[in-house]
Amino acid sequence: MATASETCCILPAGDLQRLLDTLSAKGYRVVGPTVREGSVVWETIRLVSDLPVGWRDRQEPGRYRLEQSGSNEIFGVVHGPQSLKPFVFAPREPLLQIERSNDGFTTSPTLPQSEKVAVIGARACDLAGLAIQDRIFLNDTYRDPYYAARREGLFVVAVNCTRSLQTCFCASMETGPRAHNGFDLVVTEVDDQLLVEAGSEAGRDVLSGLPPSSASEDLIGEAARRIEVCAANQVRRLDRSRLPQALYDAHEHPRWDDAAGRCLACMNCTMVCPTCFCHTVEETPDLSQQHSAHARLWDSCFTQQHGYIHGKNIRPTIKDRYRMWLTHKLASWIDQFGTSGCVGCGRCITWCPVGIDLTEELPALLDHGFRGVGKSDRS
Amino acid sequence: MSTESILPYEEVHGDQRNNPYVIHPATIVEKIREAEDINTYRLQLVDEGTRRRFRFKAGQFNMVYLFGVGEVAISIVSDPDEPQILDHTIRTVGRVTKAVADLQPGETLGIRGPFGKGWPLEEAKGRNVVIVTGGLGCAPVVGAIEYIFRRRAQYGSIKILHGVKTPHDLLYRERFDHWRHAPDTEVLLTSDQPDKTWSYHIGVVTELFEGVTIDPAKSIVLMCGPEIMMRLGVPILMRRGIPATAVYVSLERHMECGIGLCGHCQMGPYFLCKDGPVMRYDRVKQWLGRTGA
Repeated sequence: MATASETCCILPAGDLQRLLDTLSAKGYRVVGPTVREGSVVWETIRLVSDLPVGWRDRQEPGRYRLEQSGSNEIFGVVHGPQSLKPFVFAPREPLLQIERSNDGFTTSPTLPQSEKVAVIGARACDLAGLAIQDRIFLNDTYRDPYYAARREGLFVVAVNCTRSLQTCFCASMETGPRAHNGFDLVVTEVDDQLLVEAGSEAGRDVLSGLPPSSASEDLIGEAARRIEVCAANQVRRLDRSRLPQALYDAHEHPRWDDAAGRCLACMNCTMVCPTCFCHTVEETPDLSQQHSAHARLWDSCFTQQHGYIHGKNIRPTIKDRYRMWLTHKLASWIDQFGTSGCVGCGRCITWCPVGIDLTEELPALLDHGFRGVGKSDRS
Repeated sequence: MSTESILPYEEVHGDQRNNPYVIHPATIVEKIREAEDINTYRLQLVDEGTRRRFRFKAGQFNMVYLFGVGEVAISIVSDPDEPQILDHTIRTVGRVTKAVADLQPGETLGIRGPFGKGWPLEEAKGRNVVIVTGGLGCAPVVGAIEYIFRRRAQYGSIKILHGVKTPHDLLYRERFDHWRHAPDTEVLLTSDQPDKTWSYHIGVVTELFEGVTIDPAKSIVLMCGPEIMMRLGVPILMRRGIPATAVYVSLERHMECGIGLCGHCQMGPYFLCKDGPVMRYDRVKQWLGRTGA
C-alpha cells in the first residue's frame, strides 16, 4: 500500500493557477466560488484571483457575512448558499420539446449537452449531498437521464475544511470535515501550501500534469491535525441514534406548533439543501400553440401547492409543512434511501430568515418526556 | 422503497428505456360518458411498436398528457390482457382534466407509463373478495371488479359494498345491477343522505359490514374511497378476524412524475406513485389519518 506521502503532492499556493490551467487545457469549464453581493456563488473562473482570496464567511442562524481575513488564504470561505446540487439537478431542466403534427404531436427529449465542468472548492458535506442525490436520481427504481448527463461531465476538486462555522455539524453526521471519497482531487490548505490528493483516475491524470513534489510527512500530519481540530471545534451536533422512529413518534408533539409559529414557509431551507429533490413539471406552449416546452423546476414542500389534491390540501398549514420537511429529511429519508437526508452543512440554519435550527428542533421534539404517538396508533 | 414486481419500464418501452419522461401520443378511439363530469377515454397508442410492447397490470396508472396543458395521473381501468386499447376514466376536477373534457374521438392525448402497483388480483385468486368503496366514481375499483368477473371461476365469492352520500352520486348503476345478478355475488349499497327513490340501506358504508358474512381466513379486502372510510372501516374488519395483511387500500396523492422523484406523493416513508397507489393496510396503518402525513 502506498503511504500518504507517495499519493499526496504539494502545490505552493502561488501555483494553484497551474491546476486551473491544466483543467482548462483538458477541456473543463472551471467553476469556483466567487464573491457576489455579500456572499459567494459558483461562477466560471479563469484566475486564482477570481476566488474569494482573503475572505472568510461568518455564519450563524439567520445570518451570513463575509469578512476580510487579513491573510492570503484561498479557501477561507467555507461555503455559500449553493451546494453541488445545481450542477447535477438543475433548478430548471428542460425535459421535452413537443411539436404538434398531423397525427397529434411528436416529442423530443431535450437532454443537456454533456459538458465537462470542474468545480473547485466543494466541501465534504457537498460531496455527501452529491452521493445522496446520485442514490436518488441514478440508483433507484428509475435512472434519470438528465441528471446522468450532467453528472457524467462533473470533475470535483474538493477542499478539506480546516475551519468550522458556527452552523456546521458534519462531524456528528459523519460526513466531514474531511472528504473521504466522491472527489477527483482534494486539497487541504496549510498556510501557503496546498496538499493535493487524487481520488479518481481522472484526478490522477490531472495531478500528473502538475510539477512533481511529494509532500512531507510533517505537512501531511499538520493537515490532518487541522482537520481534526476543525471537527473538534464544531459547536452543533445532531444525535441520530433514535431516528427514524423517535421522530415518527413525535408527530403530535407540541413543539411543531412552536416551530410553525416562527417558520415563514419561505422555502429557503429546501432551496439551499444539498439533498432536497422535490420538483414540479411545467408545460409552456408558445403563442402559436404549435410548440410546447416540458420542463421540471425545483419545488418545495413548503409551498401551498405541494400537498394539493383536487378539493383538498394534505398539508394546509405551515406546521404540516415544516413537520413534513423535517420528518422527511431526518426520518423517512432513512427508510426510503438507507441514509439520512441531512449532511450537516448547516445551510438551512444560516439561510433561514428567522434562524430556525434543526439541531435545536430535533432534541426538543424528542424530549420533554413526550410519549405521544400518531392518532391512528391509538385506534 | 421496495421495487418488487412492477413491469420494468424498459420492457414496455424498449428504445425509450433510458428516458421515463418521454410521452407517447395516443388517439382517443372512443369517449364514453359515465356521468355529468366523468368520461372514459379509450386510447390507442399511435406508434405501432410502442403499442405492441405496452403491457400493464390491473390497477397501474398512466400519466395522461394534453398538449400545451400538462399531465395528470389516471388509472388504467381496462383489461391488462387487452393492452392495445387503454381505458382511462377521468373526472373533471382540475386544470388538466377540465381541458381534457373538451376532447372528442380522433383527437390526441399522450401517455407515459405504466406506473405504480395495482390491486393484488393474483394473490386474490382462490379467495373470497370483499370490495369496499365510498364516494364518487371510484374508477380504479371498477376496473378490478371487471377483471375478476372476466376470470370469475378463479375467485371465490364476491361482495361489493358501496356507499354514496346521495343517490345522485351512484354512478355505474347498470354495472351494479349486472353484478348483483351474477352468481355467488352480493352487492350492498348505502346512502347517508337518501331521497324517496332510495331502496337500499341508509347510512355509511361501514354499517354494511354487519349485513355480510366474511370468512376471515379466506377473504381479501380491497378498499377505495376517502381515507376516513379506511380509518374507520378497517378496525371493524379486523375485529371480525380479518388480518391487516389481507386488506388493501388505494390511496390518492398529488403526482407529477410517476417515478418516485418529484416528491409530492409521499405518505410517511412511501412514494405512493411507485410503492402504491394500492398499499397493504398494515404498511400504511400508522400514516392514515395523521394530519399532514
